[in-house]
Amino acid sequence: MPHNYNREAFRDPSLVNKLFAIIEATAKRIAPTRTVPITIMEVCGGHTHTIFRYGLETRLPDLIEFAHGPGCPVCVLPRGRIEEAIAIARHPEVIFTTFGDAMRVPGEKGSLMLARAQGADVRMVYSPLDALRLAQENPNKKVVFFAIGFETTIPSTALTLLRAKALGVQNFFLLCCHITIIPTLKALLEQPDFRVDGFIAPGHVSIVIGTQPYTFIAEKFFRPVVIAGFEPVDVLSSLLMILQQIEQGKALVQNQYTRVVTERGNAKALAAIEQVYEPKLECEWRGFGKIAYSGLQLREQWHHYDAERHFRVTPSKVSDSTILQCGAVLTGRIKPQQCVAFGASCTPNTPLGALMVSSEGACAAYYQYQGIQKWSQ
Amino acid sequence: MCLGIPGQIIAIVDKSAQLVEVDVLGVRRVIDVLCVLEEEQSITDLLGCWVLIHVGFAMSLIDENEARRTLEALERMGTLENETTALSLTAVPQGVTQTGSQ
Repeated sequence: MPHNYNREAFRDPSLVNKLFAIIEATAKRIAPTRTVPITIMEVCGGHTHTIFRYGLETRLPDLIEFAHGPGCPVCVLPRGRIEEAIAIARHPEVIFTTFGDAMRVPGEKGSLMLARAQGADVRMVYSPLDALRLAQENPNKKVVFFAIGFETTIPSTALTLLRAKALGVQNFFLLCCHITIIPTLKALLEQPDFRVDGFIAPGHVSIVIGTQPYTFIAEKFFRPVVIAGFEPVDVLSSLLMILQQIEQGKALVQNQYTRVVTERGNAKALAAIEQVYEPKLECEWRGFGKIAYSGLQLREQWHHYDAERHFRVTPSKVSDSTILQCGAVLTGRIKPQQCVAFGASCTPNTPLGALMVSSEGACAAYYQYQGIQKWSQ
Repeated sequence: MCLGIPGQIIAIVDKSAQLVEVDVLGVRRVIDVLCVLEEEQSITDLLGCWVLIHVGFAMSLIDENEARRTLEALERMGTLENETTALSLTAVPQGVTQTGSQ
């Protein structure tokens, strides 16, 4: 009985039902042209959350499958980076600040939360601005902010650093683990067995970057892209827009989230990013390996704010368990429950793999909303 | 962290530093509005406006209906509490609001 969606949760059930009906009719028309299901990747962890929270997948025709993409920055943070964060946090003169999401991500020997319990001064903050204020209030301490996230958070750390410089704050540092979405999508598309037919692209990342950077996906890889808001109606409307493109043999970048997303994005946010950061030659992802140009580092003129340089962190390499198949789930080759660790040794309370760590990770969402019993049957 | 939350600008805290105070469902905190300020626009023009806030920075102006829809959607998705709890970590205590422009 997989239909555990919550009807009452929809703000406009009649519109949702209408969308499901049109999607089904469109899928029926496309079906004779297909030998394999149509796989749509929702890139953003927020969309994954919506899909599971509302049980959208359970009401779709068999022809359509979701592949849950890499857009949960907490999930794809390598375990070695957590170890580096903990090593910095253990310095007695350090106040280590982080978004709450990263507190319980396991490294090799523990999490930031555990480090705090063992005496490290680790503090959860809402914004990098809070970390900067702590630095101003504690001039004898070194305040480090754990800079994680895609383009939804990258402007915030860039602007905070610009502010730190303007204020002359010397005891503020960033541990930069930012990643960017476009090189990541390109790396996925270049994999020979990547079978995704279209993308539901992230809404809030696109507020910053705009719709234009996705053009290569349509033009070079001939896959439809629709930028979507995160409400159920947004996700379903975007899915329908992709199906209509597939039916018409088109590959375009379309914007469903016109309420806030523009073609060029937010110029001031992009300028701040450009001023502070540059792409790294390669960046490691948990469950994925290395992806060229997908990570950011501070430009040379900002090196004195770089926590890695200041604390001379030794890069920590921690391999994921060999039984885990996070990479295969991320690329849509298998469903979470097909991984042998899913629900057994890897659960939301004891996450081994990247995608079980955050509620926006595909495995955690499967576990939370679909129920473990179903998969163990 | 990634979804953002709508808030209404209720006071200007520091004109030159582009800092304002917002109200998010009764929680008040200071945010940066540089990214939503047009060239030549005065920050005081933003008083009363609704913005979509990401980790302390306004990233987009939204209208009031969109703000209320988004808050409703966040609540239905069960993520509203996480956001407001995180905001409360560094909220402006009630009664000490700085008002007007400096």
